Amino acid sequence: MSPAARTVPPQRTVAVVRPGPLTTVQDTGRSGVAALGVPRAGALDPPAHRLANRLVGNPPGTAALECTLGGVALRALAPLVAAVTGAPCPVRLDGRPAAWGAPVLVPAGALLEVGATTYGVRSYVALSGGLAVPPVLGSRSADLLSGLGPPPLAAGQLLPLGPVTGSPVRIDPLPLPAPPTELLLRLDLGPRDDWFTGAAHRLLASSTFTVSPASNRIGLRLLGPALERRPGLGELPSEGMVLGAVQIPPDGLPVVFLADHPTTGGYPVVGVVPAADLATAAQATPGTPVGFAVARR
Amino acid sequence: MSGASALPRAGAVTVHRVGRAALLLEVGSDAEVAALLREVTEQWEAGELGEVAEVVPAARTVLLDGVAAPEAVAHRFAGHRPTALPPGAGPLVEVETVYDGADLAEVAGYWGVSPAEAVRIHTGCEYRVAFCGFAPGFAYLTGLPERYAVPRRATPRTRVPAGSVALAGPYTGVYPGASPGGWQLLGRTGLPLWDPAAEPAALLAPGVRVRFRAAA
Repeated sequence: MSPAARTVPPQRTVAVVRPGPLTTVQDTGRSGVAALGVPRAGALDPPAHRLANRLVGNPPGTAALECTLGGVALRALAPLVAAVTGAPCPVRLDGRPAAWGAPVLVPAGALLEVGATTYGVRSYVALSGGLAVPPVLGSRSADLLSGLGPPPLAAGQLLPLGPVTGSPVRIDPLPLPAPPTELLLRLDLGPRDDWFTGAAHRLLASSTFTVSPASNRIGLRLLGPALERRPGLGELPSEGMVLGAVQIPPDGLPVVFLADHPTTGGYPVVGVVPAADLATAAQATPGTPVGFAVARR
Repeated sequence: MSGASALPRAGAVTVHRVGRAALLLEVGSDAEVAALLREVTEQWEAGELGEVAEVVPAARTVLLDGVAAPEAVAHRFAGHRPTALPPGAGPLVEVETVYDGADLAEVAGYWGVSPAEAVRIHTGCEYRVAFCGFAPGFAYLTGLPERYAVPRRATPRTRVPAGSVALAGPYTGVYPGASPGGWQLLGRTGLPLWDPAAEPAALLAPGVRVRFRAAA
């Protein structure tokens, strides 16, 4: 037997029993490749993603699952530790209630069921060792705009796990996050705030928008009054886009760019929401009221 | 500092703040973007800009994102006049192309020439990758004289094959993968344009010079 064969343990895996409506592998995303047209991707609620990894003893940034509204069901084919954070939801182990927001020991052969969210949109499921899907451009994240990284989970799929490097951490008691009944997003104006009329600026600062059901990992789409451009400015040549940019397409309805946003765009950006406000934004269900707290320079 | 309506002084950089950790440097032409991109990249790689996560060129701008010291970097570039690129700066990639695109005759019609002459015009220019966007590795190439700009197709195709060489506005683009698209198709290349395992992953990365050669 070669030394390599002695030291490489058999690959630990989990099987996807039920993928849920949209479950993707996410870490902290891709950086340094935006100039090639590669979106950043990565978990939409980074604090929840970090906490899930911490609970199972993974380093921050380890690839975990991001579930959307409907949860996921996994069968452990090796013993592992799991933790579910983000949007609160029921957790079951072989049909019996298990803890949300705490490490759960999952024996080999057991079924881990993450249910539909009680409130919020995105739950995170970290597994000890992390998801060892092949990295693409330095990240294991699924990017739903460009299709880079692993496709969303499918029933029957086997997901490889990496080597366990740490021990589970119990944080007791973990408070449930408050349901975001209303979002107030800070907004730093620019770079193209002067493309909009005074009336548009008054509407932006004073209106209550609502989260559109068409929101996704690319952007939080808002419904509300249309924001008018000043006439006579023509079309904006494509320019680089940042996370949190509030782009105003021709219909006048704001789109707040989230992790899978395009790297360049041709609609003017009226302002930018600080990254710290985006985790909560990504947990806002359709219909949630949204206001902007506008900071002028 | 922000002000799209204030036209930039000819040749000088206007700096726009973009949130708390990004800057948009705006100039007046694609040639100035190419020159500015080279200066920004050199200073970035030499560590003179402090921490910067991304440098993203586009049509009239260079975006710096993830900037640890935005005030200092803004001060450095505001009003700066980038030095024009010397001819022949940047690596050259030759793109062998079969000019049998579905829109070649239509493009030749816009230009008022025969399809064969349209191919001679397209292969007679030297191009530069101005920026990438739309999809990973999709390059926007400048270099075709402005008089040859063509409109996008009124109805985009639901599927444009990988390797398609196409025109829209003043740009030539090469589709790295099959996708929907509204550009006018001139032909196709078999060159591998996108390989995430390669460094860089895009064959046609910003700053690369390009020549098209008609396949025999």
